[in-house]
Amino acid sequence: MADAPTPYERFIQGILPENPVYRQLLGLCPTLAVTNGLNAAMTMAGATAFVLFCANIITSLIRDLLKPHLRIVIFTLTIATFVTIADRFLAAYMYQMSKTLGPYIPLIIVNCLIICRCEVCASKQSVVHAGMDAIGQSIGFALALASIAAVREILGTGMLFGMRVLPEIWPDWVVMVLPPGAFLTLGLLLGAVNWYGCKNKNNNEL
Amino acid sequence: MKPIEPMEPMKSSTLERIRNNYVVQAWLVLILAICFGGSLAGMQLALGPLIEANKINETLKKVPEMVLGAKKAEKLTKDQQLIIEPQTVEIEKNNRKVFYSVFKAKHPNGDPAGWVAKAVGQGYADKIEILFGMDNKLKKITGLFVLDQKETPGLGNKIMEEGWRQQFVKKKTATPLKVTKEGAKAAHEIDSITGATISSRAVCSIINTTIKDLRAPLSK
Repeated sequence: MADAPTPYERFIQGILPENPVYRQLLGLCPTLAVTNGLNAAMTMAGATAFVLFCANIITSLIRDLLKPHLRIVIFTLTIATFVTIADRFLAAYMYQMSKTLGPYIPLIIVNCLIICRCEVCASKQSVVHAGMDAIGQSIGFALALASIAAVREILGTGMLFGMRVLPEIWPDWVVMVLPPGAFLTLGLLLGAVNWYGCKNKNNNEL
Repeated sequence: MKPIEPMEPMKSSTLERIRNNYVVQAWLVLILAICFGGSLAGMQLALGPLIEANKINETLKKVPEMVLGAKKAEKLTKDQQLIIEPQTVEIEKNNRKVFYSVFKAKHPNGDPAGWVAKAVGQGYADKIEILFGMDNKLKKITGLFVLDQKETPGLGNKIMEEGWRQQFVKKKTATPLKVTKEGAKAAHEIDSITGATISSRAVCSIINTTIKDLRAPLSK
């Protein structure tokens, strides 16, 4: 593997060039479901980062023992363990937040972002690569969640992190905090990111 | 291209059979499962009591406010704190047993302060779990709090708002509460939330049923 990405490349790729939400379109379930407020979105990003980091490290440590036909079972087992830890931890120390997020914390188990990173990076490269990859992808995921949640919370409630930022006159666009708002925001932001990417590419070619 | 070789007769040596055994193939899965299971069990032992305490605390913290009102409850000094006795009330209803969590609040000198009941009922989206207080003789409602709800954000979840909940304070328990869209006039009427009539009705009907069920056992 002469041209396999270095740890630094893995790290930087995750943030924008291979952003999990805007570029790979992975992990869209939490992206759509918990982005009606920044607080919830950031807690979700934190929990996902913890699970992704731990799962990547463990997978990378045992990568030489993996059998091809049993690897997915092992990924899922590892991920499920860390998700349960994150879920119990939230219930014990951030009880209100754990109630707000409800079933979406246990649902991190089926977040395809994590299984994808285990498969693509951690099961093939060293612990350092896997760790850097997890950190990069987590930052990318957090940025994506934050951007969507900020748009939805400002337009939907006139608040950021639960604090008023728009004047009281602002008629709250309730639809933005409802499920349709998630699809609208994700679609528009995705379009904007793609448009920006295309423009840059064209400029470079000229 | 390689010529196709005739198939070799299967060697049934013991070693081969062991290697192909499902259990042996899955040794890593099994070992990981045991390790992870063990660590999860350990974590549950450490955090379990804390999580349980969180759940109970959330309810208990609200009890004084439900009985006395938020302002008075805040003013209570340390030795004035209410004594709260949790109890479970069992009721036979339609040949089914129904359980209610009820909290009896007492002043430190032993004078009864009131009752707080925890009740669950179907809302618009999912179950609504509420906590409401009644005075000592079960004549008036003294407070309402929504513990858990999954109603539509922006519409139904306004049942959690202070302003709407305040309507219930001082309502008499003798006549069942009724939701109205045309502005509450009569003493037993509650204004519905615009766009969330079902959620408003759900809260009222939970309260009505609970009062009806609890009146007899609590007045004993």
